[in-house]
Amino acid sequence: MESNRRSFLKIGGICALGLGALPVTKALARKALPQVSDFPEALKANQWAMVVDMKKCWEQADRDCKDCILACHQYHNVPDIGTIKEEIKWLWQESYHDTFHDQATKFNIANIEHNPIMVLCNHCTSPPCVRVCPTKATFKDKKSGIVKMDYHRCIGCRFCMAGCPYGARSFNFRDPIPYIKTELNMAYPARERGVVEKCSFCTERLARGLFPACVEACRHGALTFGDITDADSPVRKLLAENYSIKRRPELGTGPNVYYII
Amino acid sequence: MKIYNAKLIIPGLLIFVVMVTFPIWYNKGSAAPPPEPSLNTPAIQRMAEKQCVLPKDQMRTDHMQLLNEWRTEVVRNGNRLYVAWDGKEYNMSLQNECMRCHSNKSEFCDTCHVYAGLKSGSQPYCWTCHIAPKENK
Ligand code: HEC
Ligand code: HEC
Ligand code: HEC
Repeated sequence: MESNRRSFLKIGGICALGLGALPVTKALARKALPQVSDFPEALKANQWAMVVDMKKCWEQADRDCKDCILACHQYHNVPDIGTIKEEIKWLWQESYHDTFHDQATKFNIANIEHNPIMVLCNHCTSPPCVRVCPTKATFKDKKSGIVKMDYHRCIGCRFCMAGCPYGARSFNFRDPIPYIKTELNMAYPARERGVVEKCSFCTERLARGLFPACVEACRHGALTFGDITDADSPVRKLLAENYSIKRRPELGTGPNVYYII
Repeated sequence: MKIYNAKLIIPGLLIFVVMVTFPIWYNKGSAAPPPEPSLNTPAIQRMAEKQCVLPKDQMRTDHMQLLNEWRTEVVRNGNRLYVAWDGKEYNMSLQNECMRCHSNKSEFCDTCHVYAGLKSGSQPYCWTCHIAPKENK
């Protein structure tokens, strides 16, 4: 067949039409089952964040209140090993000096010195743990901003623990299951020896339209949860009204847990 | 024909043949019966139409792939809802969905896995973390 300019343009045109039809066929193909999606009730945010109002926490009469820790650790089958070296913690208490040692001065208001501060994973905007993980077992979830753990991929090298400046990660030195002293939550898996674990901002509860277990458990409203990118969210409102600090901001990790002290 | 040292060689040969064929006749008659995974659980009994996530044949051969896909979708992509080929909806969860129906792990999953000789203890390693349903043994 002899080809000339005219027939070449015709064929070219038909091909272009075919390419134009590609999105249409894709849209049709997407209808095919099986399909996966979120639950309709799932809570969504660009970057989940938490504001911890320590004033509210300290003000309350019952100083030994550990409702948030208990709720979290019970829900996630976190073991109680009993030694500091092997301790597994998702949400725990730290002294003011250990939490804010870069910002603490020698002379503080008396209130701060002897009061504990609630600490957890900061779900950083640029998390160093994710940078150092060789298997991508820990990763920054683009949909929610949560720093997640894929326990199936964790090889237990503990680079992430070295990378995290907040001590938010714990290593399972032994099989944790015999040490789960709370009632077992049959709906959530436990972990095994040789994996690192940490707070998940209750990903599995958000997917079901529920706030994190600690936020729900706090009777004094000290924990506030919301989308930091949404100016109308409860966290942004609190931050607009109160002076807040973050842990070790000079490191550039961009923590998403804020403290009102 | 004369065999030197026949006294030693013939019994030796016999012993050799017996030993080489040992695996063949040792298992004769004692072949493990094919497994019969039990569907007798409260959740399945309550079902009007006894139907798994995929058609049964596919389930039998592909359940590990399905579980792998579910795991990737949930853990890495943050999706938890699965609409199956027949339009039914499932929560993509090993503990909360598969085991809700197949709550008799030892008579269902394990019978096959022991038969197939999967790893030590004849179980997929999932159950070191995932919590198997409590069975009244
Ligand atoms: C809604 C209840 C239900 C859920 C959820 C469910 N199954 Fe099933 N499953 C069944 C029923 C009923 C059958 C029998 C199907 C048949 O006989 O056609 C079956 C059959 C099977 C079989 C084939 C058994 C055989 O004898 O060959 C396998 C394997 C299986 N299921 C594994 C799973 C796995 C893995 C999951 C989770 C991904 C799961 N099932 C989730 C109800 C369920
Ligand atoms: C009909 C028999 C049968 C039943 C019932 C069955 N399985 Fe399996 N399963 C197998 C076989 C066979 C293999 C191994 C396939 C292979 O090695 O290629 C397997 C492999 C697996 C694997 C991958 C294991 C590995 O180490 O790679 C998982 C996970 C699994 N099964 C989960 C389940 C769960 C959960 C159930 C119960 C809800 C179940 N299976 C019920 C036959 C069965
Ligand atoms: C190191 C511990 C560990 C092992 C081993 C493990 N898992 Fe998981 N798995 C988890 C944890 C923890 C989650 C919870 C993630 C979440 O809900 O946010 C999970 C989630 C899942 C999910 C999705 C959510 C759910 O509730 O089930 C699937 C599916 C799954 N795992 C399948 C498997 C299979 C199949 C195996 C075995 C081949 C396995 N897992 C082995 C720890 C483990």
